[in-house]
Amino acid sequence: MKLLTHNMLECRIKGIENRYPFVIEASQVDTVEQDFDPDFLRHMYPRLEWPALKAAADSLGVTGLPTSVSEDMLEDEEFLKVFHHALLEVVLIEGFLVCPESGRKFPVSKGIPNLLLNEDEV
Amino acid sequence: MVKGERPEFTAPPDIFYNDTEARKYTTSSRMENIQASLTQRALELLALPDDDQVKLLLDVGCGSGLSGQALTEKGHVWMGFDISAAMLDVALEREAEGDLCLHDIGQGLPLRAGKFDGAISISAIQWLCNADTKAADPRKRMRAFFESLYGCLARGARAVLQFYPQNTEQAHMLTSAAMRAGFSGGLVVDFPHSTRAKKYFLVLMVGSATPLPAAEGMEGQEPADGSQVNIINRKQQKRRKLNHAIVMDSARHPEAKGKGWIFKKKDQMRKKGYTAVPPDTRYTGRKRKSHF
Ligand SMILES: C[S@@+](CC[C@H](N)C(=O)[O-])C[C@H]1O[C@@H](n2cnc3c(N)ncnc32)[C@H](O)[C@@H]1O
Repeated sequence: MKLLTHNMLECRIKGIENRYPFVIEASQVDTVEQDFDPDFLRHMYPRLEWPALKAAADSLGVTGLPTSVSEDMLEDEEFLKVFHHALLEVVLIEGFLVCPESGRKFPVSKGIPNLLLNEDEV
Repeated sequence: MVKGERPEFTAPPDIFYNDTEARKYTTSSRMENIQASLTQRALELLALPDDDQVKLLLDVGCGSGLSGQALTEKGHVWMGFDISAAMLDVALEREAEGDLCLHDIGQGLPLRAGKFDGAISISAIQWLCNADTKAADPRKRMRAFFESLYGCLARGARAVLQFYPQNTEQAHMLTSAAMRAGFSGGLVVDFPHSTRAKKYFLVLMVGSATPLPAAEGMEGQEPADGSQVNIINRKQQKRRKLNHAIVMDSARHPEAKGKGWIFKKKDQMRKKGYTAVPPDTRYTGRKRKSHF
């Protein structure tokens, strides 16, 4: 699971208020090289929650992401490289996504999060 | 699966798409071709802007990643949801490029608002019409799915969902559930005059309503590539329908045909979302006298 995906996911358990972002508990992390596409990064940027990306990167031990970003940085190649790596190349293989409110743990195995809810959570 | 038998009749999707069934999605080139050509058509109907921008797309019921592969080939980044772990395992084996997520779309997509440039779904959403457990209410599940789908799409985005309705009621049920969730658009039926090639695409739009794209094969011709997808023949369909709809397998119900039984069946039909079930009255199940 890429951090791009983590940034889009939220917890669907019924009756909670704080569903985002999932806290990551990582036991295995990997890196998969991806084509560097600045246009795609600029396309995605307005849709991302930066603090969630930053926190997720921290929890996977990925360094170099700034705490906040401004529009003009999207022209800076050096920044874009770091952004690209964190968003698309670092993947969570084994671990958990933890609901920020209920603490419910959703297992991630072989890179696939299992977000199936039990009947009483729907 | 017996050729021509509808999988939705045999078991819930996470049970039906077990290891053996999932395996077929790697070994059968016929299956591969069918799913690829359906995805090509879905992409055409998705009508993404013709720029060189890589898009973020969603594949609903992505299975083993056959449909996703067509998205990858177009250069797009995608994310797929499926309820079958066995199918997703095959997707891993096939080295699907998209991120995968094990989830039941009837519980609603666990996604944030306004994120995706488009969504496709190939041969999956007819499963939403089933009531696989006592607690499952197809209408609620359809609502959860379509509302969450509507939510996660960016303004101006489309969703194109190819599916196999068992009958026109199901096509209607899914379409109206989508409209109620806020989508505009509707059904595009390709090759409507051909039993074998007929294909249903629910083409849904967020925001400004543009006219529906034209269907293919309106003049009664068959598809040029010979991809004949709808394999149920009429006779079989009729028989299955009878067995499964109102008459239900009376061999398994020796007490069948009593009034209570009819009430129960009618209630089940309503729960499945059928709207044309006659109301329960004191005349229900009575023998009709023949008048001359
Ligand atoms: C015929 S397969 C098609 C898979 C893939 N789209 C392709 O073209 O190869 C249908 C898929 O829908 C999935 N499915 C059925 N019901 C589902 C549900 N409620 N939630 C998520 N996936 C579901 C099944 O597990 C199966 O993988």
